[in-house]
Amino acid sequence: MVKQQTKGASTHSLGVTDKVRSVGAHHRETCIKTLRDLLASWATSLMTWLVIGIALALPAILYLLLSNATSLGGGFDGSARINLYLESGSEAQALLAEIRALDEVETAKYISADEALKSFEAETGFGNILLSLPRNPLPDVIEAKPVELSPAALRLLTTRLSSFTGVERVAIDLEWIERLFALLALGERFVTTLALFLSLGVVLAIGNTIRLAIENRRSEIEIIKLVGATDAFVRRPFLYLGFWYGFGGALVAWLMVQASLIVLSGPIEQLLDSYQNQFSLNGLDIITTFALFGVGIGLGVSGAAIAVSRHLHTIEPG
Amino acid sequence: MSIRFDQVSKRYEGGREALSRVSFELADDEMAFLTGHSGAGKSTLMKLIIMMERPSQGQVFLQNQNLNRLSRRHIPQVRRNVGVVFQNHQLLFDRTVFDNVALPLTVAGYQPREIGRRVRAALSKVGLGDKETRFPVALSGGEQQRVGIARAVVNKPPVLLADEPTGNLDPDLSAEIMNLFQQFNQVGVTVLIATHDLELVRRMGLRQLTLANGQLTG
Repeated sequence: MVKQQTKGASTHSLGVTDKVRSVGAHHRETCIKTLRDLLASWATSLMTWLVIGIALALPAILYLLLSNATSLGGGFDGSARINLYLESGSEAQALLAEIRALDEVETAKYISADEALKSFEAETGFGNILLSLPRNPLPDVIEAKPVELSPAALRLLTTRLSSFTGVERVAIDLEWIERLFALLALGERFVTTLALFLSLGVVLAIGNTIRLAIENRRSEIEIIKLVGATDAFVRRPFLYLGFWYGFGGALVAWLMVQASLIVLSGPIEQLLDSYQNQFSLNGLDIITTFALFGVGIGLGVSGAAIAVSRHLHTIEPG
Repeated sequence: MSIRFDQVSKRYEGGREALSRVSFELADDEMAFLTGHSGAGKSTLMKLIIMMERPSQGQVFLQNQNLNRLSRRHIPQVRRNVGVVFQNHQLLFDRTVFDNVALPLTVAGYQPREIGRRVRAALSKVGLGDKETRFPVALSGGEQQRVGIARAVVNKPPVLLADEPTGNLDPDLSAEIMNLFQQFNQVGVTVLIATHDLELVRRMGLRQLTLANGQLTG
């Protein structure tokens, strides 16, 4: 009896810290071993990585173009300016100071009627016609550049500006901006929907790959369950497999995005040059890169978790 | 008491009754044979001990613990207390002898140094000290069986089960394997061996549990 107890104890001799350390060690080993296995059969792994990479790259590229377009929307000079036509004889400089003090206004500039006339002459060559008039028909103008460009904010600002004394009329081409924003919103919705569908595709693709991996290792799973492996132990290599599929897929997607940016940037910059815009295509910044890898790994592990929860417990020794 | 069956019945889906009202006890230092024709219920009885199956009726106790009361997540702990030697060895053919034997220690989270020490001790105990880097395919049937035995005892479980461990072996090898089991029993391990080799059982002169049509007859 006594002999029995000491012997029994030897199988349970692992303390809590030992256990934590050994689980940590198993995580490390499994993580490295799954990657090594994937690289050993690199041709098959590459196929999976490419599938995941393409599915991630497509929405990533569209998202990038969209966010570039959004920043471009604000960059079109003039379109986002609000013109305040002043009543004649109003205190232009005081008004200018007041408007400049507004939080919603980034900059404001005063253009006197004379200056306006001069530039009209210079730009159009129709100055003579105006000179033939008894007096300068152009009003004094304050040109304000709003901080925020969304139609709602602009509408609010317009209302506010028209309430200032001395302002006769506030003019802004809201429709143009509204259309742009509607288009961008549509694009965003489109990219989001596409991304959701493709994410589902990635999860299913990884899930199926993991299911096959589980099938291939059926006898191994049975044996390690027989010698006392916990479910977590059995699950671990497959979750890491999902992790690496997601990571590799994200890496492929990152490379694809960078490559397409190189291909696209020339034509796009040329196009925008014609709009007198100094514009350079924004690539993947650190945050977007992290997000891409995070999404890839997240989808990989989710796909693996689904496959594992559906298939692993059906494999029991017997 | 190491193993106790109390009025245990096992009925499989489809109505076949593999065990019916089986009761017996096995003391801590005991070694016994479980005999009977194939299909008599030997494998089912062993599966109940390592919770590969659950009884339809009755109770199974292992080390005074009622297995009926244990949930799924306790199964690994139960299996770590029972070494099992299978007729078909159940070795992993893509891993070395060392890695196969190390498996119970790896899943239980032993440190690498401890694993190395115990695996070498177990392998030299079964006479395979020089084969640790081999793969199972490079071994004979008898050697594979001994790898299976080394794996079953490597974490020093208090209970050892063997299902037809000498099934495919010649008499000399069988005697050698039985000798190993007796050595384990002498250091306090409860050993239960399922076999239909009645000659062997008679020669060993140990306690015999006989199953016929799911019932314990002797």
